[in-house]
Amino acid sequence: MRLYESVFIARQDITTAQVETLADELAEIITSAGGSIKKREYWGLRALAYRIKKNRKGHYVMFNMETGPEALKEYERIMGLNEDVLRFLNIRIEEVLDGSSIMLQAKTERSQRGGRDDYDGSDRSTSNVTAPNNIIDEKIEG
Amino acid sequence: MTQLEIKREAVRRPFNRRRKACPFSGPNAPKIDYKDTKLLARYTSERGKIVPSRISAVSAKKQRELATAIKRSRFLALMPYVTV
Repeated sequence: MRLYESVFIARQDITTAQVETLADELAEIITSAGGSIKKREYWGLRALAYRIKKNRKGHYVMFNMETGPEALKEYERIMGLNEDVLRFLNIRIEEVLDGSSIMLQAKTERSQRGGRDDYDGSDRSTSNVTAPNNIIDEKIEG
Repeated sequence: MTQLEIKREAVRRPFNRRRKACPFSGPNAPKIDYKDTKLLARYTSERGKIVPSRISAVSAKKQRELATAIKRSRFLALMPYVTV
């Protein structure tokens, strides 16, 4: 049994409830094979950085789980067949970190701050620009 | 007086600039995570290319880790492959 982190992107046209049932179904594959889901996160409907199968947005779901190789293989097979799943990434992790992942942290931070959203998403145009980018610009101009 | 002069010369000549320390080494360095797009975006160019470590001063070991994280992030469409 090993620890894995799994993220999948579901099609933008399905509802949040459908995403939840889909996630339940997938989790069932792991649990029925003796594995366990350590953490489950729904990141919401996020804009994709580029289009995937004509979708511009997608529902992101993340699992942290402990499972064996057979169950994981079956889990990947099912996801590959399911047309609602646009993409998935399963990676091995060393430990399950406490608390929610950075995705959810960023989300709550934004809602707390409220009204000062001009900072988000456009790091480069603000004072947040760091040295690497500056240097690159110089080089191109030179 | 003399100190001032030396400083000015160092600014003019780019060659003997002090080597910057790796931003991912040290006690409270950030963890490289493919989900942390805000952090990763700092190590990509405007076009979305990965910044070479000789410019960003990231150590070779951390640069490999960083590259994997950026590629994972791209695969999950959290970051772009190219921005035109």
